Amino acid sequence: MNIIVCAKQVVDVSEVKVDPSTNKPVLTGIPKKISDIDKNAVEEAIRIKEKAGSGKITTITVGPPDAKEKIKELLAMGVDEGVLIPAPEEFDYHVVSSLLAGAIEKIGEYDLILCGEASIDMFSGQMGPRIAGILNIPQITYALKIDASEDRVVAERNMGDNMVTTESTYPALVTVTKEINEPRLPSLMQILGAARKPIHDWSAEDVGKAGLSTMTRTLDVRGVPMERKNITFKEDLDEAVPKMVEMLAKDGVLN
Amino acid sequence: MVLVYSDNEKLMKELLAKARELADGLGKKVTAVVVGSGEAADELIRYGADRVIVAEGGPGAFKAEEYADILTGAIEETGSRIVLIGSTKSGKELASRLGGKLGAGCMIDCNRVFLDSGELTVERGVYSGNAVSVERFNSDIKIATVPGKAFDPLEKDDGRSGEVERKTYQIGEYASVVARVQEMVSQGVNVEDAEIIVSAGRGLKNREDLKMIEELAEAIKGYTLGCSRPIAADLKWLPEDNWIGLSGHKVKPKLYIACGISGQIQHIAGMRDSSIIVAINKDADAPIFKSADYGIVGDIYKVVPRLIEELKNQ
Repeated sequence: MNIIVCAKQVVDVSEVKVDPSTNKPVLTGIPKKISDIDKNAVEEAIRIKEKAGSGKITTITVGPPDAKEKIKELLAMGVDEGVLIPAPEEFDYHVVSSLLAGAIEKIGEYDLILCGEASIDMFSGQMGPRIAGILNIPQITYALKIDASEDRVVAERNMGDNMVTTESTYPALVTVTKEINEPRLPSLMQILGAARKPIHDWSAEDVGKAGLSTMTRTLDVRGVPMERKNITFKEDLDEAVPKMVEMLAKDGVLN
Repeated sequence: MVLVYSDNEKLMKELLAKARELADGLGKKVTAVVVGSGEAADELIRYGADRVIVAEGGPGAFKAEEYADILTGAIEETGSRIVLIGSTKSGKELASRLGGKLGAGCMIDCNRVFLDSGELTVERGVYSGNAVSVERFNSDIKIATVPGKAFDPLEKDDGRSGEVERKTYQIGEYASVVARVQEMVSQGVNVEDAEIIVSAGRGLKNREDLKMIEELAEAIKGYTLGCSRPIAADLKWLPEDNWIGLSGHKVKPKLYIACGISGQIQHIAGMRDSSIIVAINKDADAPIFKSADYGIVGDIYKVVPRLIEELKNQ
């Protein structure tokens, strides 16, 4: 079973603050990590491979050079090889999905492609379906449960109003939700062992996608500050509760 | 041409209102695409469409692969340059696949869609609601998905006329098969319209304890019960109707009371537009307090009963 997982490095969104003087989100100096749901996809790939007994897992990342440190974490979890493609100066969903699809075609032999349902920074969920559209292969989105046997994959999907069970032969692309599993924490031995695993540097030319141009452009990103009173009661409940209820009544929200 | 598609009838009418505005601004026409029987096709003319295409679907249930082929056929035939799709889960995966297939720009969950100097411009929330990004398109075909209630539908105009046509577009063969569709049990709860929401999180120890949260909600008139991700998605103590967050529902009540919710950024994204936020949590360092107007640091099993008592005395 050969599995490819697309993994994005993102800023830790819970650390993003809005600078009141510029009204812009501050994105520099924020810790980075592999997007949470992409880690669920990696974990699922490892479980599928373990069950199958053989195969190879490759992750592909489009991002800056410092993403290599984060790819090492995925190798420590159990991924066999990583691929890092530098993000062009200007990029968008079209450019990144084209580079990922190019890398997938370069790898060539694969059964499953796994992606997170969406990245936690932009939360669009475009990448998986775009790649499936470019490669013209089946797409199975929002999987809560995957059963991958030798010749087919069956997934239970949360489609909001419906639970949908979809199956497909290979190759197929599946996007997973956060509920599908709990990503493992690698052991020290695994972390040390990951140093020997390769991370390939591929360029846009290497994956046959040189000279891509963007199909969307960002004109502005403006902060949405949230103003709150931040009144916290830590004292005795018999004092705190009546005080708070009185304040809520004054705010006019109790009726 | 502006092309409109949604699997949700209500959302379709909201999209038509926006499509009408865009098309009028550009001197173009609006085409609505319906897949299947097309019973309500005439109705869409009355809500703003100039033309309705009733396309023949695939043999089974919805598959984004097939619908992307159908929409590709309709876009080619009508020469549409703007495509608006309803932001349901199936709508989002369809729009994204279509974007990949056509190499077109696509933007998901656009809360604002407008023309600026004749150019299509959209806005969407990013970084868990901490920012809004303003986007434009470089591609010829521009795809945007729009969530429910972003726009009001036009008033139904029985005098409007337009054409309704049946079409069959080429659909590719895909190995995927929808084996089963099971409707989720909905209890008709609509948190998005709620005025007051009392929400439960992982601080709740047992499913039975939801009764206590409900009792608090009942002590305030016009309540609705909400919850964070673990309660709906992991433990399944409440249906998804009640799930508030980035991948659940986005709410804006006048009062939001978070009981035993730690305040992960994904949860905040779903409730940050509430007028007043109250947090009850035993962990003084829980991030929820940063997003709250009033916070009580304490065990929900002690604070909630005390709060119920106080509210009943009001």
